[in-house]
Amino acid sequence: MAQPQIQPDADTKHEPVKPSPKKKRSPFHFSEKTKDAISGYLYISPFYILFAIFGLFPMLFSFYLGFQKWNGLGEMEYVGLQNFKFVLADPIFWKSLLNTVVIGVIGTLPQLLIGIILAYALNSALIRFKSVFRVSIFMPYVTSTVAVAIVFGVMFNNQDFGLMNVVFNWLGFDSVNWGTSEWGVKLAISTMVFWRWVGYNTIIYLAGLQGIPNDLYEAAKIDGASIRQQIQYITIPMLKPIIILTVFLSTIGAMQLFTEPLVFLGRSFREEGITVVLYLYREAFSNMAFGTASATAIILFVIIIVLSSINVFFTNRIGK
Amino acid sequence: MGSRKTEAKKITFSNIIVYGVLMIAAILSIFPFYWMFVMATNHNSAINSVPPAFIPGKELVTNFQNVLSNIDFFGAMWNSLIVSTLTTLGVLFLCSLAGFSFAKFQFKGKNVLFVFLLVTMMVPPQLGLIPQYYIITKLDWVNDLKAIIIPGMIDAFGIFWMRQYISSNVPDELMDAAKIDGCSNFRIYWNITVPVIIPAFATLAIIKFMYMWNDFLWPLVVLRDESSYTIQIALRNLIDNYVRDNGMILSGTFWATVPLIIIFLLFNRLFIQSLTQGAVKS
Repeated sequence: MAQPQIQPDADTKHEPVKPSPKKKRSPFHFSEKTKDAISGYLYISPFYILFAIFGLFPMLFSFYLGFQKWNGLGEMEYVGLQNFKFVLADPIFWKSLLNTVVIGVIGTLPQLLIGIILAYALNSALIRFKSVFRVSIFMPYVTSTVAVAIVFGVMFNNQDFGLMNVVFNWLGFDSVNWGTSEWGVKLAISTMVFWRWVGYNTIIYLAGLQGIPNDLYEAAKIDGASIRQQIQYITIPMLKPIIILTVFLSTIGAMQLFTEPLVFLGRSFREEGITVVLYLYREAFSNMAFGTASATAIILFVIIIVLSSINVFFTNRIGK
Repeated sequence: MGSRKTEAKKITFSNIIVYGVLMIAAILSIFPFYWMFVMATNHNSAINSVPPAFIPGKELVTNFQNVLSNIDFFGAMWNSLIVSTLTTLGVLFLCSLAGFSFAKFQFKGKNVLFVFLLVTMMVPPQLGLIPQYYIITKLDWVNDLKAIIIPGMIDAFGIFWMRQYISSNVPDELMDAAKIDGCSNFRIYWNITVPVIIPAFATLAIIKFMYMWNDFLWPLVVLRDESSYTIQIALRNLIDNYVRDNGMILSGTFWATVPLIIIFLLFNRLFIQSLTQGAVKS
C-alpha cells in the first residue's frame, strides 16, 4: 500500500495508524470523521491565531483603553468615563462629525444618483464602444486615494491659476478659497470622493440592471407602460437590493473618510475639513492622547452602526 | 410603416442623449489623468500662471529628477510592491485553506466561528487602530514592512469568498474519490482544490493587491522612517515640502499611478469584474 507520506500533519495519516501512546486507553483509531474535524480546526487555525492577535484583541483592547488615560509610553491610569466626556464635550469633535456627514452627503448622494443614470445609459441596447466607456468610467477607482487627493488638491488651488478657479472665472464667478473656506474645503473633498467612486458604483448598478430579465420590460411595453413607468415599477424595485448595498457601503466608507482631507489640508488639521477619523488620528499621534483616541474610535463605531442602519432602513422604503 | 419610422427616430434621439451623457462622464473621468500628465511635464511657473498650461510641456525629465532628489521613489515603489505581493500571497493561502475547511469539513463550533468572522467584517478598522499600533511597538516592528504584511493577512472577506467558491465548485464526490485513493486532506486541498479555484484566487488577489497598494492610514501610523515608506506615504511627503513645486509633485504622482493604470488597462475586464463582484456577491 504505497501511501503518499509527504504530509507533515499527524492527523492526515491514514489507517492503519499506530495509536499514539497517549491514546492507548482508546482501542479505536481516529475515525474518518474525527480526522476531518481535526483537519478542519487545523486549517482555520493559522488565520484565527493571526486574527486573535491583530484583529480581535485590538478591538477588545480599545474598549479597555477608552477608559484609561495613556500617552503611549508611560503608565495607564483608569479615568472612568472621562475620555468619553472629554470627546463629547469637545466642539472640534462635533465639528468633525458634522464635516464627515456633510462631506458624506455631498460626496455620496449625487454619486449614487449619477451612478444609476450612467448604468442605465451603459445598459442601453444600441450603444457602441461600451467597453471603452466602461473602462474610462471605472479608471478613477484604480487610482490611489493619495494620488486623487494630490491632483485635485492642485486643481482646487486657492489662487486664480488653480484649474477650478480658472473655470469659475471663465464662467464669470469669483475665485473661491477652496483650501481655506468652510464650503470650499468640503466641496473640494466631496469632489475627490465623487470622482473616485462614481464609476465603481456605476458598474455595480450595471451588474444589477443586467440581472433584470428583459421579459419584464417586454411585458410592460405590451401593456403600454411608458419609459418612466418602466423605471419606476420595474427598474427601481428590481435594483433595490443593489441600491441598499451601495448605500450601506458608501455610508461606512464616508464615515471613515481620512486620506483625502489629510492630504488636501496637510498637517494643519484645519477645522473646515477635519473628519472623525482625522480627529482620532490627531488625538493619538499628534496629541499623544491614546485614551481619548480610543474613546473616539468607540464613538465612531456606534455612529457607523446607527447611521448605516438608518440609511438602509430609509433606502428600503424607496418605492413603497 | 409610419409608426416604425417614428420608433427609429426616437431611438436615435435617445441614443444621442445616451452617447452625450456617457461622453461627458468618460471625459470627466479621464481628464484628471491628462491634467496630471500636463503638470508633470511643465515647469512650476507655467502651472502657476493665468491661464495655466493646458498642453504637455518639456519638463518631463527635469520634474522627475526633482522627485528623485526629494524622495526615494523607486525604493518606495519597491516597498509597496513587496508589501502588496506578500500580503496577497499570504491572504490567498490562509483564506483558501480556511475557506476549504469551512466548506468541506464538519467540526464543532464551525458555524459560530464563521458567523463571528462575518460580524467582525462589519467593524470599522479604526476601532482597533490604537491597540494595533501598541502591539506593533511592543513587537518592535515600527518601520518594518512586517507591520503591514502580517496584520494585512487577516481578511474575513477572503475566507467568506473562498468558502462560497469552494462549496459550489469542488464537488464532494471528488473529495470522496480522492479519499478512497488514499489522499490526505492536505493533498486534497493542494492538488485538487487549489487548481479548481484559480478564478477565485484571481478575484481575491486583485482586490487585495489594490487595497494594499492604496492603503494609507495604517502605513502612515507604523512607517516612520523614510527607508520603509510605501509609495503612498512617500507621495504624501512630496507635498509637505516648504516650497510647493507642483510640476515635481505631479510628476511623482503621475509615475506612481501609471504602472497600475497600465495593468488595469491590460486586464480591464478581469479588474472590473473582480473589484465589483466582490461587493455584490457578499
